[in-house]
Amino acid sequence: MTDRYSALSLFKEGLRGHKGWKQAWRSPEPQSHYDVIIIGGGGHGLATAYYLAKVHGIRRVAVLEKGWIGGGNTGRNTTTIRSNYFYPESVALYDFSLKLYEGLSKELNYNIMLSQRGVATVAHSDAEMEISARIVNAMQINGTDAELMTRDQIIAKAPLLNQSNTARYPIFGGVWQGRAGVARHDAVAWGYARAADRLGVDIIQGCEVSGFLIEGGRCAGVETSRGTIRADRVGLAVAGHSSVVAEKAGFKLPLHIYTLQAMVSEPVKPCLDTVLLYPGTGTYVSQSDKGEMIIGGGIDRVPSYAQRGNPPVQETVIAGLLEMFPSFGQLKMLRQWGGIVDVTPDSSPLIGPSPLPGLYLNCGWGTGGFKAIPAGGYLLAHLLATGDHHPISRPFDLDRFERCRLIDEAAGSGIAH
Amino acid sequence: MQLFTCPFCGPRAETEFFYGAEAGKTRPEPASDVKAEAWAAYLHTNANPKGATREIWLHQTCGEFFLMERDTVTHDVVQSVSLRGDAA
Ligand SMILES: Cc1cc2nc3c(=O)[nH]c(=O)nc-3n(C[C@H](O)[C@H](O)[C@H](O)COP(=O)(O)OP(=O)(O)OC[C@H]3O[C@@H](n4cnc5c(N)ncnc54)[C@H](O)[C@@H]3O)c2cc1C
Ligand SMILES: [Zn+2]
Repeated sequence: MTDRYSALSLFKEGLRGHKGWKQAWRSPEPQSHYDVIIIGGGGHGLATAYYLAKVHGIRRVAVLEKGWIGGGNTGRNTTTIRSNYFYPESVALYDFSLKLYEGLSKELNYNIMLSQRGVATVAHSDAEMEISARIVNAMQINGTDAELMTRDQIIAKAPLLNQSNTARYPIFGGVWQGRAGVARHDAVAWGYARAADRLGVDIIQGCEVSGFLIEGGRCAGVETSRGTIRADRVGLAVAGHSSVVAEKAGFKLPLHIYTLQAMVSEPVKPCLDTVLLYPGTGTYVSQSDKGEMIIGGGIDRVPSYAQRGNPPVQETVIAGLLEMFPSFGQLKMLRQWGGIVDVTPDSSPLIGPSPLPGLYLNCGWGTGGFKAIPAGGYLLAHLLATGDHHPISRPFDLDRFERCRLIDEAAGSGIAH
Repeated sequence: MQLFTCPFCGPRAETEFFYGAEAGKTRPEPASDVKAEAWAAYLHTNANPKGATREIWLHQTCGEFFLMERDTVTHDVVQSVSLRGDAA
């Protein structure tokens, strides 16, 4: 059986009709006890399992996924990866993630198709240029790459942009992060799953957690659609279902669930080789390797678990796209979908112990946690293995609300995924 | 486009409305005795239910705050209730 992926193994398998590829991960029956159980087989849950086994040598680990791995927000997102945040705590977190992403294809022996094509956030006025300069300064002080671009530099990056001076949202310049980019979402989930499986982790799909086993005030395991499974420690990484699962553990979280939608156009020839965001319209767009335009915008402002978007936001996003790229008016839309995102009051994640001892949280990534998958997994693994925070995750503890130490990135950097 | 009902104006487009908060939270008083945990819970913690919910909404065009009962999965609206008097 061929296990390692390489150009040579691809060639050899090609010669024998691709019959010798080893299954990427097993589908084991759940055991009765694990050292660690992770609830949720999205990118964060799978990465957590991988780092537990790889960094901490904890291999009696199960990932429990109610549907199929990567079927939640990880498989629904627009795959922008960047670390252009405002606060030092955020840059420490997201830049750590970006650095892990930079080595990930090699580390996992799985091509996640990371393409560091840069992200440009366009400014539409002199005042916005000043705010852009402030953000660039903050990013540079925080130790990540950032550049203030002129109007001409932005236009050189994306010549199809609406260059009219009478445009509703004219181009004055913008913030550029060159190390930012995109990666293949499924590959991130599958790459972590395969690498974790190789280290002995059980990935159990079709296994929904419906309750907790609580003994002596501690989390001692979970009730699932496939029976009771005991564990010394449990990690929670279920994104849009965090409040639902937390309720079964007896606590509430500072979250609201909203739908975030995205859409893709028919594929066209290469015409946009960067990720572009207009704060004025709220629309952002990049082009996939297949040629489709991948288009996203803001959340539907109605709390929802429906996992589908409402038309008013679609209209806003498309109107914004046409303001940015009038020529895209000829494109036909292929698909539109929604994911349910877990939004915190300060748009920063929740990482740390939960109110139930033995249960640890990794949630609240809201509209922007794909870029954070390697870091989120690494930090939750650290918590599960040691019982303590890694210094990078400490500021993101649930206690920040009581301490009034919010990390308000919605206000700080005007985040968009 | 979904229609929500303002108790004052009647059925209007969803885009005219703004979600305020979950209904039923009571501000802890008196402020001098309120512990940080209780205050943080009041400000930030939500039940965030999957299914039936009761929420405070604002009809932005007329400025009316009201209570809406709806379902977060089906998006069905059960009813809008005026907050005038001691309705909620
Ligand atoms: C349209 C859209 C665009 C986005 N664009 C970007 C972007 O460009 N860049 C970016 O960084 N982020 C983006 N995001 C956000 C990003 O997708 C998420 O933050 C990230 O994928 C969260 O990963 P996760 O592993 O925590 O959650 P998920 O991938 O949602 O995984 C959680 C898993 O938990 C499972 N689960 C739930 N309940 C249970 C249970 N009771 N038992 C067992 N399993 C359960 C679910 O089935 C799911 O598979 C976007 C999101 C959306 C919806
Ligand atoms: Zn009204």
